[in-house]
Amino acid sequence: MADKLITAAIVVVVVPAVLIVYIWATEQVLRFLPEGRKPRVRPWLWLGPALAFLAVFLIYPMVGTFVRSFQNHPGTEFVGLDNYAWFIGSSDALSALKNNILWLVFLTLGVVGLGLLVAVLVDRVRYETIAKSVIFVPLAISMVAAGVIWLYMYQYKPPGAIQTGTLNAAIGVFGLGPVPWLQVQEFSVNTFMLIVVMTWMWTGFAMVIISAALKGINPELMEAARVDGATEFQVFRGIIFPLLVPTLVVVSTTMIITALKAFDIVFTMTSGNLETNVIANLMYAEMFKFSQYGRASAIAVVLLLAIIPIMVFNIGRFRQQEAVR
Amino acid sequence: MSRRFKWLMPITVVALVLGACTTTTTGDGKTVTVIGTWTDAEEAAFLAMVKPWEDETGNTVKYQGTRSINDILAAGVPTGVLPDLAGLPGPGQMAEYAAAGALKPLDDVLDVSTYTSETSPGLVSLGQVDGKTYGVFIKAAVKGLIWYNPQAHDYSTSPPATWDEVASMGAANMGDAESLWCLGIESGDASGWPATDWVENILLRQAGPDVYNDWWAGNIPWTDPAIKTAFETYMEVVDHSYGGGTNAVATKFDLAGDPMFASPPGCEFFQQASFITGLGAFADKTAGTDYNAFAFPAFNEQYAGAVEGAGDLFGMFHDTDAAKSLMKYLVTADAQDIWVQAGGALSANKNADSYPDDISRTMGGMIANATSFVFDASDQMPSAMNAAFWSHMVSLTAGQETVDEALAALQEVADDAYAE
Repeated sequence: MADKLITAAIVVVVVPAVLIVYIWATEQVLRFLPEGRKPRVRPWLWLGPALAFLAVFLIYPMVGTFVRSFQNHPGTEFVGLDNYAWFIGSSDALSALKNNILWLVFLTLGVVGLGLLVAVLVDRVRYETIAKSVIFVPLAISMVAAGVIWLYMYQYKPPGAIQTGTLNAAIGVFGLGPVPWLQVQEFSVNTFMLIVVMTWMWTGFAMVIISAALKGINPELMEAARVDGATEFQVFRGIIFPLLVPTLVVVSTTMIITALKAFDIVFTMTSGNLETNVIANLMYAEMFKFSQYGRASAIAVVLLLAIIPIMVFNIGRFRQQEAVR
Repeated sequence: MSRRFKWLMPITVVALVLGACTTTTTGDGKTVTVIGTWTDAEEAAFLAMVKPWEDETGNTVKYQGTRSINDILAAGVPTGVLPDLAGLPGPGQMAEYAAAGALKPLDDVLDVSTYTSETSPGLVSLGQVDGKTYGVFIKAAVKGLIWYNPQAHDYSTSPPATWDEVASMGAANMGDAESLWCLGIESGDASGWPATDWVENILLRQAGPDVYNDWWAGNIPWTDPAIKTAFETYMEVVDHSYGGGTNAVATKFDLAGDPMFASPPGCEFFQQASFITGLGAFADKTAGTDYNAFAFPAFNEQYAGAVEGAGDLFGMFHDTDAAKSLMKYLVTADAQDIWVQAGGALSANKNADSYPDDISRTMGGMIANATSFVFDASDQMPSAMNAAFWSHMVSLTAGQETVDEALAALQEVADDAYAE
């Protein structure tokens, strides 16, 4: 107990003190510089600690992961591309990769499509705030909790027993089912059931951003079109949609990255069984369950390489927008 | 069961290692740090068990219960950040830690002749590496017990002794039960393990302990006819289970036996380890009147009396005087009696038999009198093999794979997992 109090005291008192001393010290150093150079040097000194943290906790591990991906199981010698060869040759890894592509395509389409639909529709009703709040709430739920909630939604009981799962109870009203939703491997139905959970969570996010962009569109443009006799659909297609495209691209790239990182939902709901595994789960298992650090690192590198082009595209897009402003 | 919360591991590892591995001195007595898998009621039972030792010696036990023992020890052995005493995940890991020099031999700590005379030979040999004792069992569990509801039909006087008798007597006494077996294999990221227990228990009695031990050690291919027969026997059980394979995959292992107590009953029999009595509907029922169990039936007379079990192996990482004294105390009948009285545990010491009910006493007898005692096979496989075994049992039970497909895929994993 005493140890913990001391630790807490250090965190509360010493850390801010160190930061203040650091800022004071940098100002002392800056005094020795000529006046003209100060504005150029100061930002770097202020950024220093953050950059150091990034280097230690992000860049160093990244390089380490890269190196480790070329090493054998105990990390004693380099084995070239063996770990990558394992990845390409393993049916589990390829099945996970296929699922990640399903996630990438359908999560992005679902979230952006539904987000756009909801944003455009609620823009026209009086209870907009309430409707948006309701759709946004799932984003505040932790993914593990969402997984558990949806396990109950998809719950299966044998035919004849009382169906306690919401979905099976609902279709039971029409005399259908019960369906073991998370066990149907045909057409990857179980993977789609997991994607639905994530879509439910992230639609609110897409909706909020798209809705904000929608409010930014000059209403006079739409009025002018309506006066000229355009139908609502033509207004949407000809004016609203083109103006929303930059926003939709940003939301889409965010969702693509989210899909590639998908882990929690799969882990809590199926733990990757019955062909529902994804890359992130595979990496976790190789790393923490099987202690295959080399292979886990190779998976991490593959995942990183897959995300980099999207990141570059996203940053480029962001720069363009900044340039317009 | 200990695997259910394994996903909490990354969070707890750091906290536990920091919290439990510092040896401090309080007052006159020494502190012994202990890490075990026991939490809640089991933790209370363990603390009650060490209380007399604390009172006598003036030392204190600093106990930390965690489900991620494997990961903590795996991280601790190379770095040396280890507790004084710890529960060990299984004989395989024990041998690894002993080879790494982290575990201290107990031959000079324990009174070996008393220990071996009081403990079932199967358990003694599981704790040995190259003739030296590194691990002792503090308590044990029997796997592969067949549970039934005596109010539906009482099998206690003449339990089915063979697999065929289970089928024939089960069919004769079925009453209005919907099916022969209850089956549930869902268990979070360890889903499938109850099915691996099934296969292990069948294989042990069809092919014997030697084949069983060669199998988990990777010396027999998965595609071997003996393994295939065991898998096929398991699939018969799936076909005769309540709700079929689909329901088994969708049902949590601890609640799987519940339909046995329903009216009309969902099933007649339910195979699970001795620890099920603390879980699901069993927890609210009375032993003997509401539920009872018989031993897993024999397939081959030659191997009758073989028992599959699990147990809490215990080893010593720091040989301080206090740690040695505690280790010596824990294997005594007096100490183990305390836990046995609390219920839910079977003693490893033959002289500790203060069981709260007859069922526990019978199960304790199974361990003491076992002609051969084998440890849970899947727990002793390399972790990648174990995980694949669990996962393919899920696919198999769900009907998404045939036995041949599953065995071929498992052999592919084995080629890789046993290679290193």
